[in-house]
Amino acid sequence: MASGRTTAAERAAVDAVLGPPSSGWTGGGRDRLDGHVAFGGRSARERRRWLLPALHAVQDRLGWISPGALDYICTRLTIPPAEAYAVVSFYALFATEPQAPVVVHLCDDIACRCQGAEALCAAAEARFGPAGGTGAGDGITWVRSPCLGQCERGPAALIQSAAQAGAAPWSAAVAPATLEGIAAGLAAGAPGPPPVGPLPPQAVDGATDRLRLLRRTGRVDPGQLDSYRAHGGYQALRRAIELGPQGVIQELKASGLVGRGGAAFPTAVKWEAVAANPVRPHYAVCNGDESEPGTFKDRVLMEQDPFAVVEALTIMGFACGAEQGHCYVRGEYPLAIARLRHAIDRARDRGLLGSDVMGHGFRFDIEVHRGAGAYIAGEETALFNSAEGKRAEPRNKPPFPAQAGLFGQPTVINNVETLLNVLEVLEQGGAAYAATGTPGSAGTRLFCVSGCVDRPGLYEFEFGATLRQVLDAAGGVRAGRPLRTVLLGGAAGSFVGPDQLDLPLTFEGARAAGATLGSGVVMVFDDGVDLTDIVRRIARFFRDESCGQCVPCRVGTVRQEELLTRIATGRARGSTADELALLTDLGAAMRDASICGLGQTASTAVESAARLGLIATGGGGGGS
Amino acid sequence: MSVRFADLPRRLVSLTIDGRAVRVPEGTTLLEACRQEGIDTPTLCYVETLTPVNVCRVCVVEVEGARALVPACSRRAEAGMVVHTDSERVRLSRRMVLELLASSVDLSLAAPEVRAWMQRYGADASRMGPAAAPDGHHRDQAHPGHHRVGDGARAETVAQPVKVDNENYVRDYSRCILCYKCVGACGTDAQNTFAIAVAGRGFEARISTEHAVPLPDSACVYCGNCIAVCPTGALMFRSEHEMRQAGTWDESRQTVTTTICPYCGVGCNLELHVQDNTIVKVTSPLDHDVTRGNLCVKGRFGFEFVQRRTREG
Repeated sequence: MASGRTTAAERAAVDAVLGPPSSGWTGGGRDRLDGHVAFGGRSARERRRWLLPALHAVQDRLGWISPGALDYICTRLTIPPAEAYAVVSFYALFATEPQAPVVVHLCDDIACRCQGAEALCAAAEARFGPAGGTGAGDGITWVRSPCLGQCERGPAALIQSAAQAGAAPWSAAVAPATLEGIAAGLAAGAPGPPPVGPLPPQAVDGATDRLRLLRRTGRVDPGQLDSYRAHGGYQALRRAIELGPQGVIQELKASGLVGRGGAAFPTAVKWEAVAANPVRPHYAVCNGDESEPGTFKDRVLMEQDPFAVVEALTIMGFACGAEQGHCYVRGEYPLAIARLRHAIDRARDRGLLGSDVMGHGFRFDIEVHRGAGAYIAGEETALFNSAEGKRAEPRNKPPFPAQAGLFGQPTVINNVETLLNVLEVLEQGGAAYAATGTPGSAGTRLFCVSGCVDRPGLYEFEFGATLRQVLDAAGGVRAGRPLRTVLLGGAAGSFVGPDQLDLPLTFEGARAAGATLGSGVVMVFDDGVDLTDIVRRIARFFRDESCGQCVPCRVGTVRQEELLTRIATGRARGSTADELALLTDLGAAMRDASICGLGQTASTAVESAARLGLIATGGGGGGS
Repeated sequence: MSVRFADLPRRLVSLTIDGRAVRVPEGTTLLEACRQEGIDTPTLCYVETLTPVNVCRVCVVEVEGARALVPACSRRAEAGMVVHTDSERVRLSRRMVLELLASSVDLSLAAPEVRAWMQRYGADASRMGPAAAPDGHHRDQAHPGHHRVGDGARAETVAQPVKVDNENYVRDYSRCILCYKCVGACGTDAQNTFAIAVAGRGFEARISTEHAVPLPDSACVYCGNCIAVCPTGALMFRSEHEMRQAGTWDESRQTVTTTICPYCGVGCNLELHVQDNTIVKVTSPLDHDVTRGNLCVKGRFGFEFVQRRTREG
């Protein structure tokens, strides 16, 4: 390592996570026996997974990760410095250059753009200077951020505050954000947890008793296990233990439950493949890294109903023969992480996790992993890499997670919403669950409604509801303006026109219309929104979030953004039709030749916008 | 080829490639199967001596029933697979990959086959626009998740100054296609030195030492095994770099002499590239039993004594 000495504060931050160093080999004092003991091999490699927690500790405490701090972490964990730097420079929430102790991340992504995000950024620039400054004056800087998952109450901000003057480091979301609100939050220091709710009305046909996944949110106390039990908590795990692992999987099969993360893969197939795999140990993973622009459902569930996530993950471990569960949550959700950790501790206190769950002799525990700012970490194999302390680069499939997932072991992974559906399946029974919704789409679905609607929020509907019903529930287009388009499924989804309001929001209905439900995003745009700007923001998002591993996505997302910029600014090369032909070629190559779903869907929304004529050619000639 | 000890007999699997019935041993990759059939398949990030990372995507083929194309270099043949290596989808993806690379990276020193592939697939990098001049913003300091939005008139590239920080070799990352080969060779595939890795992300992903420190401050041991696998001339002997700069590099005037390294008893094969009776670079054959193309600092760079013609102090 070339430069930098480790400061006492940096050592203390790392040691707080890793414990004191045990020998001279790992950064401690030299013992005379050190020369006779070999450190390395498997035991050293197994420490790799502590890299992200150690980096978080330094970033939280010091506000950036200096060469000296990275050097110390490498010594502690026996990681080559170049590899550790490769990891730290991958994640947006880590800084390798000194920065202001307080960083305000302002979301300027598509949902917040409809809520005045640009005006807030302009105000921040006037107040704090250009984005990414050193905060020379007041120790505060601001940066633009992709979607922070607070779309129902944008514009959103995330404050990262390093330890200052004896105060502990903290991080919190502010939404809706104003400069005054941010200033007040900073003056108050670490804010307490925001009050539970208020969530916007999520009634289905006015009948709240038909809510399934959301029936506890806003009603249950997310910090109290007893409150969760009083609302029917841990009935599903009890039922699972009665049924046995095979029985649980049979119920899932009967239910027809498919994954809610976007790919709509049958849940029972995944679970069964892992349960049947003779290689041990197995791992059960909850994917709470939702980062799809416009998506906030998993955040609401984790923040408001964390015990349900713990219970569902326990059932997953029970059914799939896993003794260790992992819950990976995006770093932009500090409250969800805190509440999940709290819920896990309470569950462990009561014997609902640990070596003898519910007194039925099976062992299960859960570890929470905190992401560090990378959309791609939500891709399941990238998530495994990230949890293992590596760059969140997706792996090539096959092998699939059921064969070789986390730490190379058979792994079952579902996102938060899917897991909560498992509770419903067990409580209702698979057959009863299958009877809800439509024949092709069983159960209920959460829709993240945002953008230009009267009451943005999280809405639960039985499958079969049309786009119009969802919009009506959210109060329709804001201020009665005409509807221009709806983005279905997030940045990786597609735009649909006002003529498709009767589209049934089911897997089969969306597929037939050439759209996707994706992560349940329903983002509404009225005729006042500059859609060209929205489409360019989507292109910027994919260019920023590409991991850079494969050529079609790494360079294709750059060319896509350049192309849109040319069209928007009236500098089309040749005719607009020529540009759109190039866009089609780029889209085809990214869809066909990229390693993972990010590249494969990076042009979906853009191309659908082009088809609907939503991309306006800017003035200044050049276009046709 | 290297000596192969007799393995347990492997089952044969039958598949169809471009309409031909093909039988290959279980575990064979589609690339090996294609080569067995004499189907020329372009590759950039693949080399026999390293673990396939399948990142360049130029070897993609169409497998019936698969939603996306699959990388031939790492996908194993399965019984009953129906593979197309020259379908419309394959041709378009290969063409786009080559166009995207050629529009962002200096491929002028890449193997001649690359130009042939570009011709075969009709790749025309100019479709992406004229190359942008480097904007002065140093790629080594790029923060993940952020970039400067240009006007789109010119195609962004990875152009940057050549890194010359040691006597042995230079790093010209404006020629880097990010094939990960050097990282594999520096890491567990050969040298286990781990001096370099892929840092940053997206278009700003780059091969880097920790904090982009110069090589003498890194863990580099100058084995040069990264140079041996670099497909585009991004990593190059300093002697070659300087001769190219001076316009004196002329491969037509070079001879290659195969010899054995004099330093130790391992017996590595050396190929001495000689121009005007001076050694200008040293390589080792990839298919050599002993080296698999790899050398150490002495074999690779320790040739000065051969041509030191004046006695110094």
